[in-house]
Amino acid sequence: MLKTFPIGGVHPPENKLTADIPIEYLPVPENVIIPVSQHIGSPANPVVAKGDTVKVGQVIASGKGFVSANIHSSVSGKVSKIDLAPDSSGYRQTAVFIDVEGDDWLDTIDRSPDIVRDIKLSPEEIVKRCLESGIVGMGGAAFPSHVKLTVPSGKKCDVLIINGVECEPYLTSDNRLMLERGEQILAGVTILMKALKVDKAMIGIEKNKPDAIAGMTRLAESFSGITVHPLKVKYPQGAEKQLIKALINREVPSGRLPLDVGAVVHNVGTAHAVYEAVQKNKPLFERVVTVTGKGLTKPGNFMVRIGTPLVKLIETAGGIPGNTGKIINGGPMMGKAVTNTDVPVVKGMSGVILVPGEESVRERIRPCIRCAKCVSACPMNLEPYLLMSLAERNLFERAEAERVTDCMECGSCSFTCPAGRPLLDYIRLGKSNVIKMARQRNLK
Amino acid sequence: MSNLLNVSQSPHVHGKESTQRLMLNVVIALIPAFITSVFYFGAGAVIVTATSVVSCLLFEYLIQRFVLRKPISINDGSALVTGILLAFNLPSNIPVLIIVIGSFVSIAVAKMTFGGIGNNPFNPALVGRVFMLISFPVQMTSWPVPKGFGTGYLDAVTGATPLAVIKEGLKNGEPISDLIARIPTPSQMFLGDMGGSMGEVAAIALLIGFAWLLIRKVITWHIPVSVIGSLALFTAILWLVNPEKNASPMFHILAGGVLLGAIFMATDYVTSPMVPKAMLIYGCGIGIITVIIRVYGAYPEGVSFAILIMNAFVPLMNSYIKPKRFGEEVKNG
Repeated sequence: MLKTFPIGGVHPPENKLTADIPIEYLPVPENVIIPVSQHIGSPANPVVAKGDTVKVGQVIASGKGFVSANIHSSVSGKVSKIDLAPDSSGYRQTAVFIDVEGDDWLDTIDRSPDIVRDIKLSPEEIVKRCLESGIVGMGGAAFPSHVKLTVPSGKKCDVLIINGVECEPYLTSDNRLMLERGEQILAGVTILMKALKVDKAMIGIEKNKPDAIAGMTRLAESFSGITVHPLKVKYPQGAEKQLIKALINREVPSGRLPLDVGAVVHNVGTAHAVYEAVQKNKPLFERVVTVTGKGLTKPGNFMVRIGTPLVKLIETAGGIPGNTGKIINGGPMMGKAVTNTDVPVVKGMSGVILVPGEESVRERIRPCIRCAKCVSACPMNLEPYLLMSLAERNLFERAEAERVTDCMECGSCSFTCPAGRPLLDYIRLGKSNVIKMARQRNLK
Repeated sequence: MSNLLNVSQSPHVHGKESTQRLMLNVVIALIPAFITSVFYFGAGAVIVTATSVVSCLLFEYLIQRFVLRKPISINDGSALVTGILLAFNLPSNIPVLIIVIGSFVSIAVAKMTFGGIGNNPFNPALVGRVFMLISFPVQMTSWPVPKGFGTGYLDAVTGATPLAVIKEGLKNGEPISDLIARIPTPSQMFLGDMGGSMGEVAAIALLIGFAWLLIRKVITWHIPVSVIGSLALFTAILWLVNPEKNASPMFHILAGGVLLGAIFMATDYVTSPMVPKAMLIYGCGIGIITVIIRVYGAYPEGVSFAILIMNAFVPLMNSYIKPKRFGEEVKNG
């Protein structure tokens, strides 16, 4: 029996159309829009001004406070303006606009292809380098990595968990990275282990990526303390709490963090970025993005500079098919529908999916038949039908008592509902109201 | 493309399950039982089922169209399932007019007055059936003897069900060992060669349907297994204490409507609990109440009453029996 998490979960059609397509470098665009907030936490402060000349890898906005991240230029050229620009969720945010001139990298970045395994930095220096290099979680949430590498006093981490699950349908960027940059990822894992002072790391990969499992297992033999674990294919296995449960059978308490059970989870993409930052002195300014969809002529996995307009990326993949009805930033289960194709690629963007028109509209909402399928699909063992009806009726105190805030918005309930009910939409409404209520309570 | 993109919240994909497909799977699961009922009771089985299905669909349509003035949703399959299940709970020689009245009670009173699909507290087919049992006790308890297509419809030869033989016999002080000779053998009962409601007789057909429902993930095992398990346990205790006064658990499972009730009636989504733990309690309640009615009550059969009684507790169970949340009570190791 393959390991997996025990409660709930669904199995959406995998549609990994681009699993066998190697990573291709996207040409540097003519201009980029780099938002100063691409991460969870405070937005960074711009440190360049209109007219400044920047090089690839240069800091253009510096992190503000502990939970924040530096933003680097992904191109060389001239800052044309600092202005508001819509991000992929449609909100307008401060961004640095750069007109590209050449491709002039900072001299400090080691561009040689050699793989460096020897770690010269101390644990503290590694954390500092991650902070300076603007490393954030590459799986989608974009949580600043140096925060997760800083173990508060009184807590102890004994195992590092590496997320190579990629449980979202369609997405293949982590898969490609594991196939093509396996050694760099493992070197990155070793760096993370040193930073956290642990001697054990476990990489979880779902069984639908047999090549990645085989490749990583073979490579891991030459690294000490790293093991690779095939997992049963089940969504949402890439969620931190579910992955920890699947791999080491520890249950993170409600409202707590993985560190409370002695684990820290990082994505394979993050491990790769950490490797580049620490060993190559290369800050985070490019990432692999899967561009896919059933109607796309040249779907693929692209190494893209942060700030590249989405439309450039889609053009390289064959252009927007005529029947496109929706464009998703991220996976189809948790990704966000974008409002505009001029928005830039950001650090947390793992994929872009072009959905044909007929698949992009929701079904008609029918009455709940109380089949309990949402209850059995919920990986947190909540009762989505109840949370929805409480939110519909503004009964937020009761929603709080029913632990609506434990919901991680994986969407398994809405996916599974035979009556096509918008369970998660209402649960989000309930969650945001409960969080607001709790905040007001704390103020009193 | 039109220049506008659709924007909605995640998830952006939906599973292939729908209300209609689930109901269709229930109908498919009921096909073996329908075939056996035609095999044993002939034309009557077809007439009763057709009447019940047509009148259930018609009443739902008329009420939605003219009373509620809401969109018509009879194609969701739920009234179809109610119609079939109501028919399966009736003797195959019941007059058409009584079926129409029963269908009216099922759909109009038990379902639509509460707001239609998803809102009814009691199983509509069973409300209809119990209404008919109380209003037309003679017609509802004259059971055709299974003679295949020779059974006829209104002119069918009738006889007592195995449960009635045992109940009557025990009341008259006869020991089980004498009564056994007057009821079908367990293998006959397993194949359905006995008097009874037309859809309940053939255990084998119902079990095939159960397997289908499990394979297609329409229902989980919790309710059927707890109903049958608790009934078997309770009757086993009685039987071991006094085998001359109590029938065996095997008899209790095969006779009457236990399997039809446990697999198809108690598992009705709307009127059963939402959480596995509550499903087990609900199922055990049905099993135990069935035995109490059969052994100590006035009626020879109690499955319908037991399910309706437990239906009444479902809202309470949904409010108070909660699943163990992930990360709620933590034991690590």
